[in-house]
Amino acid sequence: MSRFSPYDNNGGSCVAIAGADYCVIASDTRMSTGYNILTRDHSKIYKLADKCILASSGFQADMKALQKLLAARHLIYQHQHNKQMSCPAMGQLLSNTLYYKRFFPYYTFNVLGGLDNEGKGCVYTYDAVGSYERVGYSAQGSGSVLIMPFLDNQLKSPSPLLLPAQDAVTPLSQSEAIDLVKTCFASATERDIHTGDNLEIVVLNAGGIHREFMPLRRD
Amino acid sequence: MFRNQYDTDVTTWSPAGRLFQVEYAMEAVKQGSAAIGLRSKTHVVLACVNKAQSELSSHQRKIFKVDDHIGVAIAGLTADGRVLSRYMRSECINYSFTYESPLPVGRLVVQLADKAQVCTQRSWKRPYGVGLLVAGLDESGAHLYYNCPSGNYFEYQAFAIGSRSQAAKTYLERRFESFNDSSRDDLVKDALIAVRETLQGETLKSSICTVAVVGINEPFHILDQDAVQKLIDAFEIVKEPASEAPAAAEPEGGAGGAGGDDDAAQDPPAAADEGAAPMEI
Repeated sequence: MSRFSPYDNNGGSCVAIAGADYCVIASDTRMSTGYNILTRDHSKIYKLADKCILASSGFQADMKALQKLLAARHLIYQHQHNKQMSCPAMGQLLSNTLYYKRFFPYYTFNVLGGLDNEGKGCVYTYDAVGSYERVGYSAQGSGSVLIMPFLDNQLKSPSPLLLPAQDAVTPLSQSEAIDLVKTCFASATERDIHTGDNLEIVVLNAGGIHREFMPLRRD
Repeated sequence: MFRNQYDTDVTTWSPAGRLFQVEYAMEAVKQGSAAIGLRSKTHVVLACVNKAQSELSSHQRKIFKVDDHIGVAIAGLTADGRVLSRYMRSECINYSFTYESPLPVGRLVVQLADKAQVCTQRSWKRPYGVGLLVAGLDESGAHLYYNCPSGNYFEYQAFAIGSRSQAAKTYLERRFESFNDSSRDDLVKDALIAVRETLQGETLKSSICTVAVVGINEPFHILDQDAVQKLIDAFEIVKEPASEAPAAAEPEGGAGGAGGDDDAAQDPPAAADEGAAPMEI
């Protein structure tokens, strides 16, 4: 008899790339379970604050619960501080929230993208229990094993061991970053069965938030 | 005569069937600086007088945003008001989290009233010393409630609490019938005039009053000082000196705010104390 599992993996991939003054966050919109598709247009991207966007993949129920919790905490923050949370602050909050459930984790693989206090793009990448790091780009989810090596090849993130320390921000223009993301997903869709249908891209910069969609293979 | 014997504990009744501690708590509300609320079918406006302790200090915050659709103005012990605002915010957030919809205002005020009642029936507690004007919008329309330390609450078309609120109430009583159909701007103007009534001759400036609005498609927000000063100037409701013509019944009368050009508001200075003849505008 197979034991009841409280988790399920609803698949999908998420990517975020930080630029000098922008951040691109993207994920596919397929929600699946096992070998079946549940829906082709479910968004994995959630706006937490003006300058902070969360993209998560994994177990959809936990994703939704996490988004609601962070939104409620953000409201409390706004009441207390009279301003929105910055992306680095939200980054720490997300990590703490995930670790809080260290012994019954949120089955979510998160990428947080936004603008830091200086207006530069920032991306934070997480594991399921809150271990996190600020990076120039990241991919999470079922297609991450296909996307990440490609991003490494294209974006060559400088090693943190280098001296003098180099910027964690990729020297890429906004449109180049968007094209890169589209390429990533088109490739990942080919080989990952859980990724496909539609690609949702959100771009955050000084001018605000911009959202676009690109169809992906539906097989 | 018996007041002093039965007023030590909140849980002690007087022979006349009164709880003096609760009544004393309501006195605390009357000592606080004025807060005013008015509502129409689509908007609710809160306004209050902000007096600073001294020139060196900042003004006390008396209006709090509770949620996008609810705000509250307080009079009395502002610390108690701050704590209750935090409670209200927490209730709204929890309700939104569970039901994914905004907490109806009527539910919130009942919870607030029950919380206040608890403090009137525990010997180790004291009643909250703050009156709250709760302004909010929900599916059933615009609402203005007054919650008092006794645990009672009432819904109002317009109300004023705090010191010298009677002057504002007199003004509101004359005008309230037109509020339901008022435009948002007229409602704000009436609120500012009501605030001015409580100032007893002092000039109305945006630095001593705070105005907040909530309405359909307009989340609760506090108007900023410049905007308020512009409104005060535009409505020309800064008090004119006594040399201006004394007010006989002026043509504008009590009709619902006609907007447009307003007569410069003129008040005979004799109306400075409460209980004086109602002022003509």
